[in-house]
Amino acid sequence: MSSRDRILARLRTSRPAQPLPLPELDAHYAPRARNESTPERVARFRTGIENFHAEVHLAGEGDWPAVLARLCAEKGVGSLMYGADTVAGRKLDPAAFAGTVLRPWAGSIEDIKADLFHRTDAGFTQTLGAIAETGTLILWPSEAEPRTLSLVPPIHFALLDARNIHATFYDAIRAGHWADGLPTNALLITGPSKTADIQQTLAYGAHGPKELIVIVINAEGAVQ
Amino acid sequence: MSAQPNIRGGDTRPIAFVSAQALRERMHEAVNDPHLRTSFRGAMDFLMAKRAAQFPDESELASLRTQSEGIRQYSLSKLPELLEQLEANLTRNGVQVHWAADPDEANAIMLGIARRHSAKTIVKGKSMVSEEIEFNHAMEAAGVEALESDMGEYIVQLAGEKPSHIIMPAIHKTKEQIARLFADKVPGVDYTDNVDALIQIGRQVLREKFEHADIGLSGVNFAVAETGTLCLVENEGNGRMCTTVPRVHMAITGIEKVVEKLEHVAPLFSILTRSATGQAVTTYFNMISGPRKPDEKDGPEEVHLILLDNGRSQAYADEQLRKTLQCIRCGACMNHCPVYTRIGGHAYGTTYPGPIGKIVSPHMMGLAQTHLLPTVSTLCGACGEVCPVKIPIPELLVRLRGEAQSAPHANPAMVGQGAGYSALASFVWRTWARIYARPANYRLFSWLASRFRMFAPSRQSGWTAARTPLKPAPRRLRDRVRDRR
Amino acid sequence: MSSPSNGPALPARTYPKRPAAVYFYATCLVDLFVPEAGMDAITLLEREGIRVIFPEGQSCCGQPAFSSGFPDEARKVAASQLDLFPEDYPIVVPSGSCAGMIRWHWEKIFADDPTLHARAAAVAARTFELAEFLLHVVGFQRRDEGEPIAVTLHTSCSARREMGTHLVGRELLARLGNVTLAHHDHESECCGFGGSFSLKHPDISTAMVSDKVAALKATGAREVVTADCGCLLNITKRAEKEDLDAGRAQPSLPGEHLATFLLRRTGGQVAERS
Ligand code: SF4
Repeated sequence: MSSRDRILARLRTSRPAQPLPLPELDAHYAPRARNESTPERVARFRTGIENFHAEVHLAGEGDWPAVLARLCAEKGVGSLMYGADTVAGRKLDPAAFAGTVLRPWAGSIEDIKADLFHRTDAGFTQTLGAIAETGTLILWPSEAEPRTLSLVPPIHFALLDARNIHATFYDAIRAGHWADGLPTNALLITGPSKTADIQQTLAYGAHGPKELIVIVINAEGAVQ
Repeated sequence: MSAQPNIRGGDTRPIAFVSAQALRERMHEAVNDPHLRTSFRGAMDFLMAKRAAQFPDESELASLRTQSEGIRQYSLSKLPELLEQLEANLTRNGVQVHWAADPDEANAIMLGIARRHSAKTIVKGKSMVSEEIEFNHAMEAAGVEALESDMGEYIVQLAGEKPSHIIMPAIHKTKEQIARLFADKVPGVDYTDNVDALIQIGRQVLREKFEHADIGLSGVNFAVAETGTLCLVENEGNGRMCTTVPRVHMAITGIEKVVEKLEHVAPLFSILTRSATGQAVTTYFNMISGPRKPDEKDGPEEVHLILLDNGRSQAYADEQLRKTLQCIRCGACMNHCPVYTRIGGHAYGTTYPGPIGKIVSPHMMGLAQTHLLPTVSTLCGACGEVCPVKIPIPELLVRLRGEAQSAPHANPAMVGQGAGYSALASFVWRTWARIYARPANYRLFSWLASRFRMFAPSRQSGWTAARTPLKPAPRRLRDRVRDRR
Repeated sequence: MSSPSNGPALPARTYPKRPAAVYFYATCLVDLFVPEAGMDAITLLEREGIRVIFPEGQSCCGQPAFSSGFPDEARKVAASQLDLFPEDYPIVVPSGSCAGMIRWHWEKIFADDPTLHARAAAVAARTFELAEFLLHVVGFQRRDEGEPIAVTLHTSCSARREMGTHLVGRELLARLGNVTLAHHDHESECCGFGGSFSLKHPDISTAMVSDKVAALKATGAREVVTADCGCLLNITKRAEKEDLDAGRAQPSLPGEHLATFLLRRTGGQVAERS
């Protein structure tokens, strides 16, 4: 008998005859639901993620690439890697970036590992949405937008559509029917990487990005 | 080599070396270390205050705890089915699932994977289960480098020590000690006790490793059966590095970590981070549902999950002890424990220190080694009060005391039952019961005690080490009540 | 019902109307070591016009054996106590830990015996810790006749976490006009007694009680008040030892049971100290 079978057999003999009833999660979430407008939600998201040391900029649907270009210039980003074959990626025009070289992701990580680790100042990604309660971004990386873009370069720029901000993580899972199919890797990101492992002193830029910059579009009415 | 391990450092021997007797000495040494006392007190105060600030609304906390307890108990009530569902879905997603009865089997499986890939370096995200199985030792013995990449774990490994807290492994170290350690052990580094600078040193060293390691190892916070997803909670990004950059990812977890539905992780994640370090959320919540797909550009080509039993099925077999498995390893119980605060994490000599360690270690290591652990508690209940999944820790400690001290019998619920049995103690309690269960006996006994109060010893076991002796009153309450009537 | 020791949110308790009589369950520690606290509690209740019945057969709730891991012995002793309360009067216990034992753990130790279990449950339902009884049932309200004084209050862990009465002690003290309550550092922390723990692990117990005594003294309060005799003995005997070691003649931290304190402040005649 394999360990698998032995473990399962042992559990089966001792499990309760009837499983307990399925917990009613709505009993917790429904009474706490807020009826908030998009600007209110954006505001809550913003307060949350800024608390976690991220920067938030509002932009229009049309001018966000310009905002990104300006931020890159301000931060002295020499090279920005991104997925060219995405809705957002297609809107990036290298000519609009003065001091920054736009580098579309090409090949697989094995081909560009050294570049990614040593010669890329920033990564740009889209987001699936966000969570207002905690100020959290939701990312579903894809073949067009690999996972390391939001992890390896020292700065991570993320584009968020305010219409996709959910009140809670629970709401995001339910509304998006996540249980019907998840990508290889789904991520929640709240701020740049950090640690408090040395004498409980908070330090940013542990192993991932040192800076997280969020550009929010369609946030009409939210205070800039 | 001395039989007495130094609790403050240099002790890298497997936990199995700590006997019940050694435990006494370790605790004695720890509680009398003023540096340790102040540093743990300060750290725990800090963590307690941060947790409290996360729960301003008592009713929200109460509701969330009820939900979280409900989810964990529900999951456990279907554990075998959920494990099979998890395995089926992970397999469908392309993840290879392995089962290990004990640490040796788990290490053998992972070494097998490492050998197949001719791996030289394994870079590790934080995993208490890997500590539990002494993974680093096993790999080292086989000539494979296993490098910790969580900053706290990295520091502890560099110092040749073990974590003293399940969430903050290096909480026992000051920044000056870490500065000295880096200057001594990391090539080309000068002494600095600037925390940012120290973290940047760690970042430099470990980025190199992430880039080149053959295998990444991680733990698992929640495994979701319905989707076949492994969830990881972290702040640093090293967990993402380990599970994304190397070609192979091995995850190891205890069999109890499974939940049925993806939505079940939402409340658990929220209460975990708030209870643990008092953060509303961690920087990363990483949900992994498979290896890299053919058209994807990064992520590991192989993902393995090792499901470890190591005593968990023993706890599972008993309805009361099963509650131990509700744990989501937040560490709040140790942050609030007045004993842990005074002796720190190393004194326990177990992978998991503090209250959770006292209730889970006996299943992993047997009561023969751990029978003293459940007695190291005043049963004050601070742990149970904050436990996010409402594990009745004091109740379980009482149960374990009983299992440890009762006379050995057939069909025990636990390995090592009766290991703390003492004929004398049993006799004392039997006699006590004979006196107290018979009014006449008790009246005579208490009368004698108060009558001969002057013979109360001036040295009363541990009591008088720090207190004046106890002496029965000259006249009992019952005498005084009777006189008054 | 299961013990609430695992959560801060205790089920709200409904209290009966002021009864004509109560049973007084003194606990073994009070009977043998601090009888004056028992006397004062009885006087307090009688002064409110409540008849106090002291069942002669009482010995111990079984808690020492139970928490030491000897449930069979605890069961024997507890079983011998089930007959002591034939009338439907409330049972008043001047200790949070014994009240907690009766209220939550008796049902557990008799789980296998439906008859005893039902009787234990009935007893548990009408068992009250003295302080909560004074506040919620008696509605204790007397004029404070003492000089202005600052005291500090230690609430036992069982009173706090099993009986949920830590606010009750505060409220009772607040009803005394001339008493100020000085809160101490780490107030919710255990004093380190833990019954057999103090004997089995004296190092750690000493560390805890020393910290507790230091925190209580640091308030500058004249005395410490507590509603549990285990904690009372632990704290005051520790303070006495410190005085002895330092050669102090005056006690640096005198302590007394809440019942004694309340009685003395409100013009009652306290029992002679033993
Ligand atoms: S026992 Fe409870 S408080 Fe302790 S680590 Fe586990 S979940 Fe957290």
